[in-house]
Amino acid sequence: MDYTFFQHYWWFVISLLGGILVFLLFVQGGQTLIHQVGKTALEQTVLINALGRKWEFTFTTLVTFGGALFAAFPLYYAVSFGGAYWLWMLILFCFIIQAVSYEFRSQKGNLYGKRTYELFLIINGIGGIILLGVAVGLFFSGGEFVVSRGNLTNPGNPVITTWGNAWRGLEAITQPLNLLLGLSLFFLARTQAALYFINSIDNEAIRIRSRHQVLVNAVPFLILFLGFLFFLLRSSGYTYDPIDKIQLSLNTFHYAFSFLDMPVVLLMLIIGTGLLLGGIFLTCFNPAFKKGIWFSGCGTVLAVTAILLVAGWNHSAFFPSRIDPSSSLTIANASSSLFTLKVMSIVSLLIPFVMLYIFKVWNVINKTPLTEAEIQGNDHSY
Amino acid sequence: MDEIPFSLVDLSRAQFALTAMYHWLFVPLTLGLGLIIAIMETLYYKTGNPEWKRTTQFWMKLFGVNFAIGIATGLILEFEFGTNWSNYSWFVGDIFGAPLAIEGIFAFFMESTFITIMFFGWNKVGKGFHLASTWLTVAGATLSALWILVANAWMQFPDGMVFNPDTMRNEMADFWAVLLSPVAINKFMHTVFSCWIVGGAFCLGVSAWFLLKGKEKELSLKSIRIAAIVGFMGAALTALTGDGSAQQVALRQPMKLAAMEGLYEGKSNAGLVAFGVLNPAKKTYNDSIDPFLAKIEIPGMLSLLSFRDVTAFVPGISDIMKGGFEQRAFDGTSHTALSAENRMIKGKEAIAALSAYRKAKSEHNDSLAALHKEALEINYPHFGYGFLPSKDAIIPPVPLVFYAFHLMVILGLFFLGIFLLTGYLSWKKSLHTYRWLLWLSVLGIPLVWLCSECGWVVAEVGRQPWVIQDIMPTYAAVSNLDTKSVIITFCLFALLFTGLLAAEVSILVKQIRKGPQEIH
Repeated sequence: MDYTFFQHYWWFVISLLGGILVFLLFVQGGQTLIHQVGKTALEQTVLINALGRKWEFTFTTLVTFGGALFAAFPLYYAVSFGGAYWLWMLILFCFIIQAVSYEFRSQKGNLYGKRTYELFLIINGIGGIILLGVAVGLFFSGGEFVVSRGNLTNPGNPVITTWGNAWRGLEAITQPLNLLLGLSLFFLARTQAALYFINSIDNEAIRIRSRHQVLVNAVPFLILFLGFLFFLLRSSGYTYDPIDKIQLSLNTFHYAFSFLDMPVVLLMLIIGTGLLLGGIFLTCFNPAFKKGIWFSGCGTVLAVTAILLVAGWNHSAFFPSRIDPSSSLTIANASSSLFTLKVMSIVSLLIPFVMLYIFKVWNVINKTPLTEAEIQGNDHSY
Repeated sequence: MDEIPFSLVDLSRAQFALTAMYHWLFVPLTLGLGLIIAIMETLYYKTGNPEWKRTTQFWMKLFGVNFAIGIATGLILEFEFGTNWSNYSWFVGDIFGAPLAIEGIFAFFMESTFITIMFFGWNKVGKGFHLASTWLTVAGATLSALWILVANAWMQFPDGMVFNPDTMRNEMADFWAVLLSPVAINKFMHTVFSCWIVGGAFCLGVSAWFLLKGKEKELSLKSIRIAAIVGFMGAALTALTGDGSAQQVALRQPMKLAAMEGLYEGKSNAGLVAFGVLNPAKKTYNDSIDPFLAKIEIPGMLSLLSFRDVTAFVPGISDIMKGGFEQRAFDGTSHTALSAENRMIKGKEAIAALSAYRKAKSEHNDSLAALHKEALEINYPHFGYGFLPSKDAIIPPVPLVFYAFHLMVILGLFFLGIFLLTGYLSWKKSLHTYRWLLWLSVLGIPLVWLCSECGWVVAEVGRQPWVIQDIMPTYAAVSNLDTKSVIITFCLFALLFTGLLAAEVSILVKQIRKGPQEIH
């Protein structure tokens, strides 16, 4: 197992974490459905409590996704976060306000009223997802940055990365591929949230309205996702020379060919999308079917992992520079040292154990669907 | 290319300090109160006494209000390494990133998974499973502190790495040297024990308020007994590890120690300032103005605590600037310290050698590259000095570090005494008759946070200008941003954090006034 193996392995771990994160964004999606699915104050409280028992998983996955990127690909961390400053800052603001909203919403003395915290949840649900999607879209569309490691020898300005415009990442919102990804993630999260409500809340009115929301949100998701795939598959992309790992060349239809070069990844995308659509289809057309979230969840993880794999594998530049192609980041030039990747890989062998106890606890909490009576009888409810 | 303005560095520092200080308002309560809750629930598990369950659930409710906001501010801290300190992220990301990732994978998931059972599992799982979940939540929070403190300790005492001139960054060479460095172990213990003081003081203060109001006597006395034990243990162990910490600072960061003690001229048999008022007229280290208006010193104590030798020479700020004294090292050896000016020369030589190495490499002149690499390696311990604008930049703000250190020590001793006294009187069942002590305990709530924040001021302001000791100053670590952007985000963070803190305090006050509920 050489350096290349570990670089690929860590891109896989990042992609998998990204896939799990997108699945868990159903929490954010659900936050935007509270007033559409819940018509009474109690119903809304039930919905918030159903989501509130999961929000920390999403948050933790986001933090781990960031931490793993920092550890495995520190140059990306430096270039993207230090460059697309405003894009990331807006994402962070969307997430800070979420963290407190569940706990503070129904507490007496929360100063700003229940509605304010619900508004925070909606801002997080819309802004957080769309902007995160835009930021991930940069893996394909690229950013306006230059990397000059030699700057470190210039005591007057030792900063090795510069961003090419004053918009600091906000310009990424105007790029169709990024926006399509952000919007499709938004509708996907809403669809999955509705599936989650059906599975985890024992309330017929909520189930009926959720079932309606599955269909209402799945249609725009599908249109936007196909639009994203269309842009992606016809996009050009940079690849690095597998021998010297430095020379970059531009290839037309790069991502389409990459899927064809990696049939297993293509299969993951197809199976993932199939499972996702299957979960939606079964839920919409079989009123007794409540397990749609598990199908769509597994499908989302598979499909998103496949899309992220194609960004970094097959010698692709996973963060192309739009103003200086030679500065583009690849898993070969942006990764940590072999030693660090090896240490982290040993540590990562324990991840299945972590997933096992998460699964166990998830099952314990969701063993019986949430009811209004449980919320009213629980001292710690949101 | 334009030079990086110093205002950008200061603003980025201010933003990070703001986030870190707000984060540290919430984290110590999570760690300290978490332990107290786990002990209370263990007592419920062992005795079956429902009053212990009620007590546990009351404190757990306050714990929950505090927990979420700690997570939010923690998220910002992690990402600010990239947004505001991008050069740092590349320069040491190979070493610094690993603890952060491990923290996420193990500690955060453990914490966030089992806290769900802790809050919502009372009627869903057995007593044993619930108790285990509570302990695992506390363990997860403590583990998370371990990894971030390992990372912080490494910044103060960089070890287990080599600089790679081809990639232009430091790379990890020895994971165990990073994880098990004496500074990391000591810092972890010192910090976690200090959180026990915060948890103990909070629990004690709230319980004392109940007693003053004549409410919840049984719950309050039960809580005070545990708070006093946890708090006393925390205070004693913090003092013990604080001693170890001061010793490490003396060996590795003598300038920080000099600032902590306001020591401008070094001496043998140096005294420890027990109480002192700095002279605001003293502007530079080499003027002839007395640094103190008044002070009470314990003779020889600083030498003894720093080097375990009452006659040892402790260098002052002037000595560190001039060099020429014997600087001891961790391994027991010593060397003659270089002057700040000499270190700046060597730092510039290191940077020049790095530049020449890259040029030789690009010209495929391997023999010349090897020569420059050798020069770089010889001078690398002084690398960061090459970025300094003047030698005076290595002196941290002395008054801030001095007063923060002394306030921390005085308050630490105050809490040691108060835990001892309240613990003894509650055991004697006569605490409620000492109303002055109960009021003092209530006053302890804001004081304990002041004490805790002072600790971080000493640790972080005291090491300025270094983000990595001697290797990288803050100036070389910053992102190339426009200052207006950082001003805006600083103001937004300040408003948001302050608003959320006000809401948290208000909720906590309401909850405390309402008191415990019936058992569910």
